[in-house]
Amino acid sequence: MSEDAIIAASGLTKQYGEILAVDHVSFKVKKGEIFGFLGPNGAGKTTTIRTLTGLSKPTAGSAQVLDFDVDSEIVEAKKQIGVVPELSNLYDELSAVDNLVFMAQLYGVPRSQRKERAEQLLKMFRLYERRNDSFAKLSRGMKRALTIAAALVHNPKLLFLDEPTVGLDVVAARSLRSLIRNLRQQGITIFLTTHYLEEADALCDRISILVKGRIVTVDTPEALKSSVGSDMPVEISLTAPPQKFVEEVSAKLPYLRAVPINNKVRILGGRPAEVLEVVLQSARHAAVEIETVTTVRPTLEDAFIKITGLEPTVMAMEKGGRR
Amino acid sequence: MKDIKTYYLKPPAISWGIVFPVAWILAFYLRSPRAFEDLVPGLIAMTILFSTTAAEAVVINFELRIGSLERLLLAPLTFSAVLLGKVLGGAIFGLLMTALVTICSVVGLGLHVNVVQLVLIIGPSLFAFSAMGALLCVLVKEVFEAQTLANLPRFLMMFLSGVFYPLSAMPPLLRYVAYLLPLTYTVEGIRHALSPTDTVPVLIDSLILIAVAVIFTAPAIKLLRRRFL
Repeated sequence: MSEDAIIAASGLTKQYGEILAVDHVSFKVKKGEIFGFLGPNGAGKTTTIRTLTGLSKPTAGSAQVLDFDVDSEIVEAKKQIGVVPELSNLYDELSAVDNLVFMAQLYGVPRSQRKERAEQLLKMFRLYERRNDSFAKLSRGMKRALTIAAALVHNPKLLFLDEPTVGLDVVAARSLRSLIRNLRQQGITIFLTTHYLEEADALCDRISILVKGRIVTVDTPEALKSSVGSDMPVEISLTAPPQKFVEEVSAKLPYLRAVPINNKVRILGGRPAEVLEVVLQSARHAAVEIETVTTVRPTLEDAFIKITGLEPTVMAMEKGGRR
Repeated sequence: MKDIKTYYLKPPAISWGIVFPVAWILAFYLRSPRAFEDLVPGLIAMTILFSTTAAEAVVINFELRIGSLERLLLAPLTFSAVLLGKVLGGAIFGLLMTALVTICSVVGLGLHVNVVQLVLIIGPSLFAFSAMGALLCVLVKEVFEAQTLANLPRFLMMFLSGVFYPLSAMPPLLRYVAYLLPLTYTVEGIRHALSPTDTVPVLIDSLILIAVAVIFTAPAIKLLRRRFL
């Protein structure tokens, strides 16, 4: 493993019966970066984390975490990594501080330092006033924050975050993202999985897009956005639902990608002048009124659509295809 | 300590681990106070059996269901360490109940007891049955499934291991079956400890129970590992 690589996966594969959850995935995570695994539910993100953290054995391939092989040396690796699973699974009956002290005990933090470390983390995560409340009584956002604190109790070099903001309201999610940025500033390498495009864009130094168990691309958010090309996306705001309008646009210029988002339509792949002509015609034929037409800078969403061919709404779908 | 705080006051642990053995003890005492002394070894053994296995179902299956067992496995612990920790927890819960029943019986009835022999039997028994409970628990998902599955060996042993009537009173075939059941050695060992005689039979019973603990623990660890990996 190169000096800078904290994680190195080579041909990592995980099969459950006939389901190939992770399909020969190879990537490296550099020291000090926030590396994102972005993909829809069921893409293999959590399975990858479980394989890297010892909860699952790879079917094929290999991975090293902090120079430890995940198959044969995982207990050693675990001493220096923290893991925040998707589910906030601390103990309901224990208080916030007792949960952290227990975790400190599990990770071998010296007895004399456990309480102090727990209180330090509670203050960092703005939970000190609630330190004696049971985990069950905390709000969802606080539970999430405490679960992250529990993963930091032993000062790990590497932190795995599996869907850290799922289920949180906007304010709590924003607060948590700010915390995650602070952790990176403290020198902790972060491996993050998410299906929120804006979260990956906001937090990650590099993003790996994962679809059906395969890595489609790995690059910085800016490079991914640039890959959309010189054709600027055009965003049209309509006064009515856009379905008929989208059909008209697709019929006139099939090579354009028209993606409906509420009452807006984002058109990718054509020159703005050409697109404008088609937009005006399509609006007339679909009998809808146009409120605004704007050329916009490519977003990660545009890059995701172009690279994967998937609609952004697929990111919100449950595993198995249910919404 | 975490398991004690979190799980030992949950309904399944209380109902199967505390209420059930206490109810049986009271029932037999009230039925025949004079003959109760003869039943004490069997009732202490039954307390060990039910309290340890009840605790395991709550601790292991509850944690499997809510994902807390995964939390332990994310720490730098081996599967063996996690499972042995659970077995130890079940043994401690069993010890608390067993100590209460034993002390009340010995003091209440004025029994003479060889404490060393008693410890030699009760210690390995707690681990053996806690390990049995752990093995049954990793086979299933839910707490109620674990309790139901555990009832098969528990009730079998309760009626065939000399808890309520001595082995000498059993037909020969059932006596052979009894010697295949680990609870038999617990009952016989406690009976020896409460009627102090030679230590050798107690040592043999103790060694058999230690072997039983190992026999149950090894596959439990393997099954737990297979569940995740």
